[in-house]
Amino acid sequence: MSEYILETKNLGISFGGLKASQNVNLKIKEKQIYGLIGPNGAGKTTVFNMLTGVYLPTEGDFFLCGESLKGLHQEAINRKGIARTFQNIRLFNNMTVVRNVMVGLSNQPEYNCSLFDSFFRLPRHFRVEKAMRERAKEILDIFGLLDERNNLACNLPYGKQRKLEIARALATKPRLLLLDEPAAGMNQSETAELMDTIRLIRDKFDMTILLIEHDMKFVSGLCDEITVLNFGTMLATGTAEEVLRNPEVVRAYLGN
Amino acid sequence: MEFINTLVNGLNIGVIYAMIALGYTMVYGIAKMLNFAHGDIIMVGGYTIYVFCAMKAASSPAFFFVAIAMAVIVCTLLGVIVEKVAYKPLRGASPLAVLITAIGVSYLLQSLSQIIFKSATKFVSVPELGKVSIGAVSIKVSTIITLVVSIAVMISLSLFVKYSKTGRAMIAVSEDRGAAQLMGINVNSIITITFAIGSALAALAGLFYLLQSPYIYNTFGAMPGIKAFTAAVIGGIGSIPGAMLGSIVLGMIESICDSIAPIAPYKDAIEFSILIIILLVRPTGILGKKRREKV
Repeated sequence: MSEYILETKNLGISFGGLKASQNVNLKIKEKQIYGLIGPNGAGKTTVFNMLTGVYLPTEGDFFLCGESLKGLHQEAINRKGIARTFQNIRLFNNMTVVRNVMVGLSNQPEYNCSLFDSFFRLPRHFRVEKAMRERAKEILDIFGLLDERNNLACNLPYGKQRKLEIARALATKPRLLLLDEPAAGMNQSETAELMDTIRLIRDKFDMTILLIEHDMKFVSGLCDEITVLNFGTMLATGTAEEVLRNPEVVRAYLGN
Repeated sequence: MEFINTLVNGLNIGVIYAMIALGYTMVYGIAKMLNFAHGDIIMVGGYTIYVFCAMKAASSPAFFFVAIAMAVIVCTLLGVIVEKVAYKPLRGASPLAVLITAIGVSYLLQSLSQIIFKSATKFVSVPELGKVSIGAVSIKVSTIITLVVSIAVMISLSLFVKYSKTGRAMIAVSEDRGAAQLMGINVNSIITITFAIGSALAALAGLFYLLQSPYIYNTFGAMPGIKAFTAAVIGGIGSIPGAMLGSIVLGMIESICDSIAPIAPYKDAIEFSILIIILLVRPTGILGKKRREKV
């Protein structure tokens, strides 16, 4: 067992001749909240896409608890323990809130139920359905979404859609949670509430969290450690204060 | 009485179309492709029943159930094999390539049936079921069986899709395949299950056709396939209730046309004209959802 939940070694990808990302070396410890920041187009979401199997890295490798996951399918990576949210929310819009979370629960062995059981509605089917619904309600309760459980996901206000996406990702029982700009489009009070929610997730689920964010106040207030990306490579790593004092980081953000 | 006959007839045709249309609509919703070989699965189901009925005189009704079970098993396996061999390698290819492949599979199945069973129409010795009279109306037992079985299947399928783990995964895949995959759903196995269910229903449709008229030929599934596809589009392709509703509507129209002697020969033309009109007025079909443009 490695001491890091996530470790990437010289991770990189090029599309044709363009190196979208290269030499990314992240080391994330258990229960850390880790920030990935950088100017637009710095390759932050590209890193997420590599870590979740959407893109196959062309260089390097990445390890979850010491096990290499490179080359696995998206669903296999999720089952190994990496779950994510999306920059532009991608909920199952025409499903209710509680069902969105239940989709996330599908893969857990305790909710195993054969097609035969479900189609002929045998007792096992009802037992599993009930257990899944109860678990989904528990998760929704943590996010304060319990009262909305029978609404369609697309009818939720924006901030709650963001929370539901996190709830759905958590339902897959990950060891590492990737949040892609969770505070995007939120006002100050919503952002403050989100910070509390993320801390709550860490404590309640013993979760390790890697997040992408633009809002410096959000990142410096929340993250234990930060890596700054620019032009696909790592510019600096450290605590918020260290990183913000780094002249190269200042140059990347503000120009010369 | 004429009216009740027309109604029962329309329902009978409608539920058979629904059995087929569900296959079209589920595959379209989940795999985002039009499986034009779906009609020929019905034909394979029909020939399977023919083979088993020919092996042993159909005098034994118990054996007929074996024939039905075999038809369902053969069609389910065939649907899964076709998906694995022909469509899976084209995942992510252009929709046109998949469509052409589906048409190719359709011709392949028809030609194979021609090689194996020759092109002459064959009589299938299905059991005689007779009629029952309720008051002044007499209804064929086969019609009653068709209605009861189809409606039971439709209800359990709807419940399955709505209230089971696999059903939810199916809806999730149809809404956003990428997101579903990242939530740990194995899209390939969901697509396989979809093809299996669709093909099993097609086998039942083949059985119901044979109960109505016990003759089988190579293009047995072609017309029902096209009609059911029409029904699925009328109801809103991709939607399960839409496929059921569209099928009943189309069945009723067909039955009404049949009951009026002067227009009976033109019933197919009338049905397809109605399809055109519905597409002009409501391009997404009766229950189809409008795709919202993302801004």
